[in-house]
Amino acid sequence: MEPLLDVRNLRTHFFSRAGAVRAVDGVSFSLDRGEILGLVGESGCGKSVSSLSVMRLVDRPGRIVSGEILFEGRDLLGLSKEEMRRLRGNRLAMIFQEPTSSMNPVFTTGSQIAEAILVHERVSRKAARERVLRLMQLVGIPDPERRFRQFPHQFSGGMLQRMMVAMALACNPSVLIADEPVTALDVTIQAQILDLIKELRDRTGASVLLITHDMGVVAETCDRVAVMYLGKIVETAPLAPLFEAPKHPYTVGLFASIPRLEETVEWLQPIPGTVPSPLDLPAGCLFRNRCPHALPICGTAEPPILEIAPKHHVACYLYEAGGRA
Amino acid sequence: MVRYIAKRFLVSVPTLLLVVTLVFLAFQLIPGDPARMYVGVDAAQEAVEQVRRDLGLDQPVWTQYVTYMSRLARGDLGKSIYTRRSVVSELAPRFRNTLELSLAAIVFATLVGVALGTLATVKQGTGWDRLLTVLSLFGISMPVFWLGLLLTYVFSVQWHLLPSAGNETWRHFLMPTLCLSAFSLAFITRMTRSALLEVLAQDYVRTALAKGVREAVVVGWHALRNAMLPVVTVVGLRFGYMLGGAVVTEEVFAWPGLGRLLVTAVGQRDIPLVQGALLLFGAGFVLVNLLVDLVYGILDPRIRHR
Amino acid sequence: MKLLSRLSRAVWAFTRDYKLGALGGALVLLFLTVALLAPQLAPYDPDTISLRESLAGPSARHWLGQDNQGRDLLSRIIFGARMSLYISLSAIGIGAVFGVLLGMLAAYYRRLDMPIMRLMDVVLAFPGIIVALTTIAILGRSVNNVVIAIGIYHIPQFARLVHGLTLSIQETVYVEGAVASGESDFSVLTRYILPNCLASIVVQTSLLIPGAIMTAATLSFLGLGVPPPTAEWGSMLQNSLQWAQMAPHVMIIPGLALMLAVFGFNVLGDELRDAMDPRLKKR
Repeated sequence: MEPLLDVRNLRTHFFSRAGAVRAVDGVSFSLDRGEILGLVGESGCGKSVSSLSVMRLVDRPGRIVSGEILFEGRDLLGLSKEEMRRLRGNRLAMIFQEPTSSMNPVFTTGSQIAEAILVHERVSRKAARERVLRLMQLVGIPDPERRFRQFPHQFSGGMLQRMMVAMALACNPSVLIADEPVTALDVTIQAQILDLIKELRDRTGASVLLITHDMGVVAETCDRVAVMYLGKIVETAPLAPLFEAPKHPYTVGLFASIPRLEETVEWLQPIPGTVPSPLDLPAGCLFRNRCPHALPICGTAEPPILEIAPKHHVACYLYEAGGRA
Repeated sequence: MVRYIAKRFLVSVPTLLLVVTLVFLAFQLIPGDPARMYVGVDAAQEAVEQVRRDLGLDQPVWTQYVTYMSRLARGDLGKSIYTRRSVVSELAPRFRNTLELSLAAIVFATLVGVALGTLATVKQGTGWDRLLTVLSLFGISMPVFWLGLLLTYVFSVQWHLLPSAGNETWRHFLMPTLCLSAFSLAFITRMTRSALLEVLAQDYVRTALAKGVREAVVVGWHALRNAMLPVVTVVGLRFGYMLGGAVVTEEVFAWPGLGRLLVTAVGQRDIPLVQGALLLFGAGFVLVNLLVDLVYGILDPRIRHR
Repeated sequence: MKLLSRLSRAVWAFTRDYKLGALGGALVLLFLTVALLAPQLAPYDPDTISLRESLAGPSARHWLGQDNQGRDLLSRIIFGARMSLYISLSAIGIGAVFGVLLGMLAAYYRRLDMPIMRLMDVVLAFPGIIVALTTIAILGRSVNNVVIAIGIYHIPQFARLVHGLTLSIQETVYVEGAVASGESDFSVLTRYILPNCLASIVVQTSLLIPGAIMTAATLSFLGLGVPPPTAEWGSMLQNSLQWAQMAPHVMIIPGLALMLAVFGFNVLGDELRDAMDPRLKKR
């Protein structure tokens, strides 16, 4: 079965006086119908830029340099600006990290959600309003009629993020991209929003690309996970195998550095070394200078992506041709 | 919303009172004897004393102040020393002329300024943007009176196209309006551009694009609507300033306005007239500010709900 | 010595990236040089009358021509620059000294806040030119009165700036600490608050210079500024009114000088601000 969204070898670079920053450098992942894929990594690894690239919302000085983004079989990068615009908010929707600044402060929230409908479908304002009210009920906003007329500053962060979700789902998209949707919210509200996303996936069959740096969020929500480091994907796996037996040394290091509820430790175990400057990347495997199992071959060229188990891919020389497990 | 307006109004009342008081005080400081100036340098001493009593200048300062304030409350601004007519009747037509000119200038400056500023934003980084930047820098550096003189030289003296003095016909409006609006136009262009650029960097613009809204609509409606907030403030300030700042334009084009009256009155030491004119300028500015606050409250829901 | 080389490298980088700013800088430098070295640079005495050569156009001996009294225009422009520099810097200086003082006191002593800032609001309620006009009306016409007149309406500008800054600085932890450890008010104001305001004060000053130059010229144009026969660009323009038709150069040249000087400062200030703003994306 063909995946709904298939990103192949995406490269998005940022060009500045100081040089080119290869924020996304050869990223490939796919999203099947109805699945929730988590894209994780630390700040600056390129996960947000990847999602913005899919929506073709990357602005100067960044540019999508090469690659393919196949959505329902068509390459999004080959579409005209107008064709892409018709897909945005319609078949592909996105919600962002800071709900309080993601809505226009001078317009009512209701009218902004209605706009998402009116831009793409020929319906009357009244009809759009009715749909918005129903959407608001769907995402759990009490007293929708009153809230429709209110402005963003009159909502709490959690409520506003629900409105953002409503706005994203207004036209029944096939793909919802959620860029750190709960990072700016209280922990209790986080759980509510994540549940909402899962519930809506179950109900509408939309696929979700969930971007986060929080492994807890991943564990709660995702079916599959892709781990990013410095613009490349180092490991992709279904949820359970990744958490139970991570293969890539970076993923292993990530899990090791997270404190666990069940054990008490004296010291947290960070990954040794520092992230290389994006303007001065080493040859070969980018994780080499921090990897406890680095081999001489790791310095020669980028490691190939190997499928070590069904749907489990790792970019690491350690697993080459039946090498060390 | 009503509470907001009421609050802003209440805040401006003390300022207004202070303005009035300051104008009164400033005139206690003028060197020379106003009574003598009124009558003439060679007049007899009794005549001077008589005038002094008539004008109430022999009273202590406090009494004068009270008299001044009570007459002000009744709308009596005294009589001009020079023309012997009531100050109000002298000021009214002049104020109207200045108001007409300033309105024409600010409307022109705002419409064209916002348009050019938006154009510069959309073409940011290209030749057009740099050209507009340079032009607007010229605009704020251009001496108003020099511009007036140049325009007069070209259009009146050389080409005989436009009249150079007075305010009778619509043709008389063209050069003075252009002159008076030059600085504000350039300023508003720059303000619009910088406000718009700042707004375009905001998250909600990204959201609008992610919704599939057309770029033109995002810039012209979503973004501009927000950028208008600081621009409105600037427009109001410039308009308030223009009421008094028009004095130079009025001089160059012999426009019978309030500023020109002030200059003449100052030259003639016509104190009641000067006081009256200053009061109008100050009060006008305070009122314009109030108006700006009002418009701001209409445009920005966040202000209304505080 | 190291400071000098770092400074010159910064200037070189600025010139390379901001061509417009470099132009502005050149104009400002020209203005400053001319103003400061006026007596050395001017070919003639600016006040020497020569009625026979009234309104003569540019020639080999008088590069910019002569005015209606035969005075050398180039020399008058040069000394006019000197006058503009003197007036603007002095006026802004007065505004800064009193304004900073008032602003700091108003913010630091709560009981003084309302009266002082209200007074500032009132002065700001009048357009600058009107305030200057009125002051001249009261004090009379002279160069120093022009300085005072222009200085007066600059006071609230600085007062407002410093008032806001002081309010936020005095809330910081280290100032609270200083007060708690018993430092005198004077010490807190001069050692903590004032230094933190300096950068903004300098920026504000550079932004106000072109306006002050313009206002001084405007006052003279209206006949309320520098008294004749002193060379000042505004009064030169005033004078040219009668003769413009016969000899346009008398009108064009002083105006051009004024515009270029103001333009230079505006451009330089603008580009400097852009260069120091980390948020702006530079192509």
